[in-house]
Amino acid sequence: MIGHLRTWPIVLALSILSAPLVLMYAYLFIDTVTNSPPRSFIPNEFTLEHWSFLWETRPGRPSIWRVTLNSLLFATSTSALVIVVSSMAGYVLSRLNVPGRAYFLAGVMVLHAFPAITLIVAIFLVLQVVGLYNTLIGVILVKAAIDMPLGIWLMKGFYDTVPWEIEMAGIQDGASRFTVWRKLVLPQVKPGIFALGLFAFLLGWGEFILPQVLAPSGNAQVLSVYLAGLIADDNNFDMNLFKSVGLFYMMPVLILFFFFQNRLMNIYGGGSKG
Amino acid sequence: MRILLDKFSKSFGDVRVIEDMTLEIKDGEMLALLGPSGCGKSTTLFAISGIHKVTGGRILFGDRDMTGVPSQERNVGVVFQSYALYPHMTVADNIAFPLRIRKLPEAEVKRQMEEMANLVHIEALLNRRPAELSGGQQQRVALARALVRRPNVLLLDEPLANLDAKLRLEMRSEIRRIQLETGITAILVTHDQVEAMSMCDRIAIMNAGQIIQIATPQEMYRNPRTAFVAGFLGSPPIAFIDAVANNGMLTVEDADIRLPVPPNAETPPDGTPVIVGIRPENLGRDGDAPVRGRVSFVETQGRENLYDLTLANGRVLRSIQRVSDDVSLNDEVEWRVRSDQLFLFSQNGERL
Repeated sequence: MIGHLRTWPIVLALSILSAPLVLMYAYLFIDTVTNSPPRSFIPNEFTLEHWSFLWETRPGRPSIWRVTLNSLLFATSTSALVIVVSSMAGYVLSRLNVPGRAYFLAGVMVLHAFPAITLIVAIFLVLQVVGLYNTLIGVILVKAAIDMPLGIWLMKGFYDTVPWEIEMAGIQDGASRFTVWRKLVLPQVKPGIFALGLFAFLLGWGEFILPQVLAPSGNAQVLSVYLAGLIADDNNFDMNLFKSVGLFYMMPVLILFFFFQNRLMNIYGGGSKG
Repeated sequence: MRILLDKFSKSFGDVRVIEDMTLEIKDGEMLALLGPSGCGKSTTLFAISGIHKVTGGRILFGDRDMTGVPSQERNVGVVFQSYALYPHMTVADNIAFPLRIRKLPEAEVKRQMEEMANLVHIEALLNRRPAELSGGQQQRVALARALVRRPNVLLLDEPLANLDAKLRLEMRSEIRRIQLETGITAILVTHDQVEAMSMCDRIAIMNAGQIIQIATPQEMYRNPRTAFVAGFLGSPPIAFIDAVANNGMLTVEDADIRLPVPPNAETPPDGTPVIVGIRPENLGRDGDAPVRGRVSFVETQGRENLYDLTLANGRVLRSIQRVSDDVSLNDEVEWRVRSDQLFLFSQNGERL
């Protein structure tokens, strides 16, 4: 009881402070399924009209499903690329005697320090020249490249915790270096790979500025760009539609977080636990 | 299989760890590489396994020169100090891994794996993961994995260092039993003289990258080549005192001690300074040369007591005796040395 008495001021303070947030989220949801009379917060009718974007395509806009598929493709592809490259590069940098390893690691870190936005003009020009402007592949490559430094460093950290002896034992047992990596070392860093994959997926799902600049229209549009298009459209301004699409956009992230939050935490711990 | 290191050298950068070492391990023999940390014993082991590339010399398995052969093709079984089991695999998969790498048919893999599990007594643990095993059980799995592909040689790198005292005793005899049953040639790296003496056919004692002496445990204990060897073997350790040769006797002037020259040494010329080594079991109630001193430390070990005897010149001798109640701390006593068991060393530690 005394414990409760002591904590209630904190609970009260937190409740007051977080009330605006809770209200915002509550109204985000409520407004998508109701209509309110002008100048009132109290809804007076239930409606699904704001969700109609799911089954009818607005004139001048791509289908929501097409855009969602693009977002999914974009997020999974960047995530897969980051995983494959980081898990290999991280191993090499952690274990093998590569010439100039320290410089490479430092260089990767410097790349990571560059905000993507500072590079965007150059990247835009490069993609135009190469012919990947306004394509999903182009923006996937760019996004994966930008996420990769973090991934490589992260995976290197995970590999560093795997004991050397396991590899030596594998080599003595007759396995090639590649088999040792794939069958013995990779399973030890599974938590890291999983966390990195999820992390990269969420980064890709939420990415706005790169697709907006590098693949703004047509078949390559992703959800964030679609959403931005809604709010930028002054002719058919519809706040509730905007909220509905926003909620729709957020849902996969919430679901992923709900199921995998513990695994995501591995990114801070990690290592080989038996 | 016979293993031969022929003028083997190894350096790391500019640091020469081992130079021109020649060592032969006979077929079916278990040899201990014994020495203090940093003496190069593990380096030697990893050179044989192929993990370290040699800087000079040759390594022969039987008649085959293995110097440039990669680890994977040497067929060497290694048991690491940390066991290095694969944490994500069951015990059965761990043992079977070397066989699966060889792409043996699955039925054959299973048969050999079970046979090996029976040999090391872990039949009941095959479905567990390494994290669910005790240290001794992990050790057995590591042994089974190293032996399952019938290696040319078994290398054991401080295999008992991570076990508690009781398990260590048990695994000591277990490893020896398994080695004898399989008849495999084995090399044990250890810094523990008890392990080396109790498990191995021969001991190669190393210091600073050199082999000081190779002999059977018995021979090495009875007949150490240098003061280093004498000091390394035996627990409690041997005690050394400085003496001077004088008329066929060894005298310690400031402690009033006169010892006869042992029959195993030549009488040094008069006036030669020497070092006398006295093992604790050779100082006590029986003997021929009296030694006076003060009991400065008593350690009870149950069956025996260990005494420190401080001489008049401040040097300390050790004596181990059956437990008796007639000696207590700070008593002045006159004990005797069995002079035929003494070791005589020159000032630089060479046996005389």
